[in-house]
Amino acid sequence: MPWWTRARISARSSEVHETMDLTSTLLTGAGSWNPLPWVLGMVVAAIIAWLIYSMGEKGYKAGTAQAEPFISGNPEPEKGMVHVRAGNLYWGYLEALKGYYDRLVPLHTGDLHDYVLWYLGITALFLVLVVISA
Amino acid sequence: MFWNLPLIAVVVLTIIALAIIVFKKNLIKVFLGIVILESAVNLFLISLGYREGGIAPIYTNAPSTAMVLPTPQALTLTSIVIGVATSALLLSFAIIIWKKYGTIDIDRIRRLKE
Amino acid sequence: MIPSFIVENSPALMVIVPLVAAFITPFIGRISSGIRSLWVGGAMAVTSAITLILAFDVYSAGTRLYVFGARAASAAIPPDSGGIPIRIIFEVDPMSALMLVITAVSGFAIVLYSLSSERSHTGLESYYTLYLLMITGILGMVSTGDIFNFFVFLEILSLASAGLIAYRIDGGVAVEAALKYFVLSTIGALAILVAIGIYYGEYNALNMAMIAARMQFSLLDQVALVLIIAALAMKCGAVPMHFWTPDAYSMAPSSITALLVVASQASLYGLFRTVFSLYNVTLNAVTVGWLIIILGVLSMVVGVTMAIPQKNVKRLMAYHAVSQTGYMLLGVGVGLAVLGNQSLLDAFGYMAMEGGIFHIINHAMYKGLLFLTAGAIFLRIGTYNLNRMGGLGHSMKWTMVFFVIGALAIAGIPPFNGFASKLMIYESVFVFNPLLAVIAMVVSILTLASFVKVFHSIFMGPKLPEFADVKEAPMPMLLGMGILALVVVLFGLFPGIVVESLITPAAHALVDQGAYISAVLGGA
Repeated sequence: MPWWTRARISARSSEVHETMDLTSTLLTGAGSWNPLPWVLGMVVAAIIAWLIYSMGEKGYKAGTAQAEPFISGNPEPEKGMVHVRAGNLYWGYLEALKGYYDRLVPLHTGDLHDYVLWYLGITALFLVLVVISA
Repeated sequence: MFWNLPLIAVVVLTIIALAIIVFKKNLIKVFLGIVILESAVNLFLISLGYREGGIAPIYTNAPSTAMVLPTPQALTLTSIVIGVATSALLLSFAIIIWKKYGTIDIDRIRRLKE
Repeated sequence: MIPSFIVENSPALMVIVPLVAAFITPFIGRISSGIRSLWVGGAMAVTSAITLILAFDVYSAGTRLYVFGARAASAAIPPDSGGIPIRIIFEVDPMSALMLVITAVSGFAIVLYSLSSERSHTGLESYYTLYLLMITGILGMVSTGDIFNFFVFLEILSLASAGLIAYRIDGGVAVEAALKYFVLSTIGALAILVAIGIYYGEYNALNMAMIAARMQFSLLDQVALVLIIAALAMKCGAVPMHFWTPDAYSMAPSSITALLVVASQASLYGLFRTVFSLYNVTLNAVTVGWLIIILGVLSMVVGVTMAIPQKNVKRLMAYHAVSQTGYMLLGVGVGLAVLGNQSLLDAFGYMAMEGGIFHIINHAMYKGLLFLTAGAIFLRIGTYNLNRMGGLGHSMKWTMVFFVIGALAIAGIPPFNGFASKLMIYESVFVFNPLLAVIAMVVSILTLASFVKVFHSIFMGPKLPEFADVKEAPMPMLLGMGILALVVVLFGLFPGIVVESLITPAAHALVDQGAYISAVLGGA
């Protein structure tokens, strides 16, 4: 057994007293994380959700007005109109950060010269920083 | 001073090549800049392998067995081969860009941005 | 069970098999395309099998040396060479083995996917040839112990990748993307070659262990270090050298984009290998560590904020790839910044590095999965434009499931694998510098927000009339996505065993420069 495995196991046995499932518990230095209780919780939540769902009204007639969405009596719009397209999402977020995006987006010029200049510039900057600090 | 000449040439070639790559608008000229940069690097590798009075490692009729290690030459050969492949691929890109875009001006090859 | 010939020669075989198979592929393709599919799938399966055998061997028995041109690994240093390992050596330690596992799994899943996603395209013989060459390049890069050999494999990888990015031409736009990628990567590779020349001139050696043993960190070494770091950081798409990434990732066929993710991880591997195995404590750990951390933080923030307003789904995912690379740079950069201080390293340095390295394998799996789902959607509806999508959840249920798995994993939602590695990064980086951990969490939230948008606009909503006859993606594509999704879920459910058996050895192998050197040079 390589030494790191031994070191980890000895660290584990002191930190985790119950060896419930060695395969799942992840030690993060500050704490630990085990996904299995989380999954169990999600399964329970799903069962509860299904129970509530199954208590719903079953006695409707498909294909009649009973199954149509209720929009205050207005006619149902076309399918294409109902869907909120990607371009309309996060408008407020983009508007709030306009100052940031107005500076950031134009940097992506698509110009090969700029790509090369950024690369050479970063190389030069790193060179200066590393040589000065050494 | 004299034995530094190859290295000085390397530096000069590198500067010329980078200037071409950064400032020239014509795609073919930028490729030429890359080829010059390759030559500069190859010259650098070759000049590293130079030993004064060294004997090439060819055993037939060699005056002595104290020979120069041929590694830098091997590196340079490999690098030249890779350079040929690189140039060929870049030029084939230029051909397609010319056919499809009708230009090889870098300022106008900017359909992908942001 | 497995013939010892294969186990002993696996480092050579895993490179030879795809290399030879690549150049036979066009001839097989002359017979029939069905036989070619069988041939390519078989070659990739054999390659993956050999690679996994090697990785398993490395994890169970320790670092493997393979000396080309010698009968045994003990002949790494020929007796008449003056103590210099002049032969080309493959040195596969646990860190390399981890990359081998990533390449084997992704490579196989993507080939399965390609067999049906590319079926209707022409020029397939070059497609598969270049694909296998990419695999060769990645496998060679991550296992070689010779720095010039690293350069050669890097160039094989860039040439093959550039050809594949341009593969669909797409009115010249794909060629433009390939052109930008290839010009940058050629300049970067030449910078690496200069660094290699510097090492050779200074230390008379090309073997990485030998260079590491003789490392002085003189002015020339600093120049070489910067040349390599900048070039490889550019190749893995770190901000502000990331501009080629969205171009190339969005224009390449989706299967190739998934492999490009693995390829950029190989560059990341090269970066870490240089910093940790070549230089280790000789370099100024705080400066270089912080440079990598800053690159990482910039990548995370700029990547995710650029992703949010994107309209093209693959361009959006490409910016997320940049953002996720930032996590790896951050985690490993923190480990580097405290290198040489054993108490800090034990307190959080190793954990940060393990988080970063765990994120490499997680990212390769879920980001590959996401790109494959994008490709499946493109195959069925013929557009990447998010504004024109909608309601596909009705007809492409499995694709949707796989997309959700990938999206939740990338956003770091438990219990998927992205959460496990991000948790390790958060908790260890928090001890190092709380601000960095906070930034990492905010970026994760923005990632989730961005993928909620993508999920909504692709799959949610009523079934649109223009996509009324859209069918589910074909079986081999679902199989390819399924393999990656399975890995994502399993790694998420059992992070403990994965970290213990794959990640911790890799992190320690990276930090332990002495072991890397003595594997080649003996117990010196």
